[in-house]
Amino acid sequence: MRTFLSVVVFTLMTIGFFAGYSNYGIPQIEPAPPQTDEEIDLSSMNMEQFVALGERIFSGKGTCTLCHNNLGRAPMLDAIGTNTQARLDDPRYAGGATDAESYLIESLLEPSAYVVAGFGKAGTSDTESPMPSTEGGSIALSEPEMTAVVAYLQDNGGLEITVEIPTDVGSGEAAEATEPGEPRPAFDTFEDLSDEFACEACHTITEEAGDVGPNLAGIGAARDRDYLRRALLDPNAEIAEGFEEGLMPDDLGKQLYATELEIMVDFLSQLK
Amino acid sequence: MMGSGALKTRSIRLFLGFLVVLLAILVTGAADQFSVHAQTGDAFAETTTYGPAPKLTAADYPSFAGVNARIAVWIFAQLHLWFAAFVLSVPIFVFIIEAIGMRTRDKRFDDMAYEFIKISITAYSLTAILGGLLLFSLIIFYPHLFTYLSTIFSGSMFYYALLFFAESAVLYLYYYGWHWLQGGLRKWVHLTLGLLLNAVGTTLMFLANSWLTFMMSPAGVNAAGVFSGDEWAAIHNFLWNPINIHRFVANIAYGGSIVGAYAAFKFLTATSAREKAHYDWMGYNANFIAICALLPLPFAGYYLAAEIYAYSQQMGITLMGGIFAWLFIIQAVLIGTLFLSANYYLWCGMGRSEGAKRYTKYIKYIAVVLVAAFLVWFTPHTLVLTNAELKSLGGPHHSILGPLGIMPAKNTAVNVMIIFTFLSFLYYRRSNKIATVSWAQTGNILQVALFTAGIANILFLGIYHGYYTNTVYKVAASIPQVVTTFMVITGSLLIESFIYRGSRDVGPLKWGHIPERAQYALFLLAVAFTWLMGLMGYIRSGIRQHWHVVDIMRDASPDAFTPTLGYAANVVSIAAIIFLAMVIFVFWIAQIGSTRTLPAGYWKE
Repeated sequence: MRTFLSVVVFTLMTIGFFAGYSNYGIPQIEPAPPQTDEEIDLSSMNMEQFVALGERIFSGKGTCTLCHNNLGRAPMLDAIGTNTQARLDDPRYAGGATDAESYLIESLLEPSAYVVAGFGKAGTSDTESPMPSTEGGSIALSEPEMTAVVAYLQDNGGLEITVEIPTDVGSGEAAEATEPGEPRPAFDTFEDLSDEFACEACHTITEEAGDVGPNLAGIGAARDRDYLRRALLDPNAEIAEGFEEGLMPDDLGKQLYATELEIMVDFLSQLK
Repeated sequence: MMGSGALKTRSIRLFLGFLVVLLAILVTGAADQFSVHAQTGDAFAETTTYGPAPKLTAADYPSFAGVNARIAVWIFAQLHLWFAAFVLSVPIFVFIIEAIGMRTRDKRFDDMAYEFIKISITAYSLTAILGGLLLFSLIIFYPHLFTYLSTIFSGSMFYYALLFFAESAVLYLYYYGWHWLQGGLRKWVHLTLGLLLNAVGTTLMFLANSWLTFMMSPAGVNAAGVFSGDEWAAIHNFLWNPINIHRFVANIAYGGSIVGAYAAFKFLTATSAREKAHYDWMGYNANFIAICALLPLPFAGYYLAAEIYAYSQQMGITLMGGIFAWLFIIQAVLIGTLFLSANYYLWCGMGRSEGAKRYTKYIKYIAVVLVAAFLVWFTPHTLVLTNAELKSLGGPHHSILGPLGIMPAKNTAVNVMIIFTFLSFLYYRRSNKIATVSWAQTGNILQVALFTAGIANILFLGIYHGYYTNTVYKVAASIPQVVTTFMVITGSLLIESFIYRGSRDVGPLKWGHIPERAQYALFLLAVAFTWLMGLMGYIRSGIRQHWHVVDIMRDASPDAFTPTLGYAANVVSIAAIIFLAMVIFVFWIAQIGSTRTLPAGYWKE
């Protein structure tokens, strides 16, 4: 019986160690809940805001940056402006696009229409792209969202922005049109603001998220309210060590209502 | 004239050839069955219209008596899987051990094989009971998902149920006929039954695997989830074979570890030297089988992960670089535990031979390498830090240790761990032998050269491709690393077998001469395996995130969020404790089955 009890205690201690390590030895990351469709108010947007929306979708809901990053998983898209015509002229091109805009839309819908050499699925000789269509599945971008991404890609790739901000947003779940010219309603919580402006695409705030921008989990202890306000209004005034300049949209201040700016400052300053 | 040994070898070869043909017929037959069924399905599809996958809301998930649906299904599924792994693996090595017994005519192997199958017999009914609980909990808590899956897999589910009859029939014949089918042709018949048992059991596992892999990499359905009618396409989905291979190998390692724990307990409670010797020998063999399966397991796991990545980059990145990245640090702790305990057991076992003293001086170096490799595997890539920590560190990666966090470093570490574990085994194997061939020294030099070249190549591939090429080559370098490891192992074993041909023994192996603490290494192996399987089960299922069937059928239940690793670890721990308690019950039942009480004066004389 003594041996039996020794073995039981040893077993429980082993399991306890594994469980304890998993609970206390590593950070507890609570993944974000499933993404719900974002409500987009297109009526009050100018093209700059529309491009910013495209960028948010590109690095957020669209999950494009998972692969289109500098790790070599997928081609970088910052030179798309100079590459597009060459791709359309390439004999391997199997699509029906005629210009940059239609090429980009086609790439979002049918990624295999043209596969950049070296980035195809293994064994397909670059005829099949590993990229899923952004129309369905877990990404499921609506038409306005895809248009916004194309606007961003054109802007980012040095192309003239040829897409127009959709006025007829159709019946897509992700779109909710408001009357033209009607100002968007103000958000009254930090969570809503963070969702709207996709802060966590780049920053870790209350839970593990992006690491493109500085971790803000304890920012209230390190910085005062004035600093935080300035960082929101003029993000490039002071860049945290180890991070690149120009990643955070410098027009954030123009997009925020004064009450929203204070909500953000309030929230961030109490993160200690 | 042909000697009796050669005759025996030839007859075994003939028999093995027959078995291979039989297995091929079985597999082909099964495939034909599926294709016939698929054709039937196609014909059926012409007249039957399948609907899209249902779009669910929270109201579509019944609640019952305050039970958390996800935890209930999770625990039942995990318990079922543990027992299933156990009852599928035990017949595999019972078959191997029985064959070894036939080949060597050493009855100890036959007795051990019988003891193994005896202790697993109760586990069969528990596996079925837990499978029933899983089925009912799925029907109760996730009725729409179950309906959707059973519409697609109606044929295979039907055959699955029928196969249980075949499994039970063969198992009963195999177990109850053990002592009846002894000697000559009868023994061959018995061995064939063992093979049939394995064929049926493995087919059952493959069928069940198809359902769960369909949920990860759906096939045979369109983007809306409308079933094409071709069930074989749904079964033969992208991740089916990678999971089949991984589970097959892992089950053998797992079964070995559980039986090893049984032998360890029996060793600790043994009252006679003879009994101790028997259970020491049994523990060694079980551990040997576990290690043999453990060595290729990281490769099978890597293949599975690579296939997940090939199927969906998004899923692959979620698995390795996203929210689950930290889980692999926990996995590193567990794999480190497995390798260190398996090695420790081998080192302790060297005490069975006087000749081991020649090699004990090397153990400390092996230990250092194993720990160093473990630490590399253990190094995280991205650190989750507070702002102040981030600032003082200069970024989310440690400037010196950060490079050790990426996969090429970990692949290098695991290959080195495997090679040094193999080295431990070589020392153990040599400990009681003295080579008699004249070129033994040359052979040793050849082996040292092979090990050195192999390790240098693994390090070169890891460092050069890992740090001086792009991502594509970083991943691709793992394959030549694996090939190198296999070449070192097989080449070295080949040389070893020639060096020790006609060798002398230092003395009789002293079975039973092993410290009691070594038995705890066997317990540790079993517990770590159990817990690791639970953890990896969580990640396999978790990478589907908020999808019942990826991209096809969304999970709209209140539990459609990925829990934290700590939460998952707690569920796995509770399930593991329940499972191990049930295993103790199974072993106890096996023990009382052979205990007789003679109540004086109770029966009429």
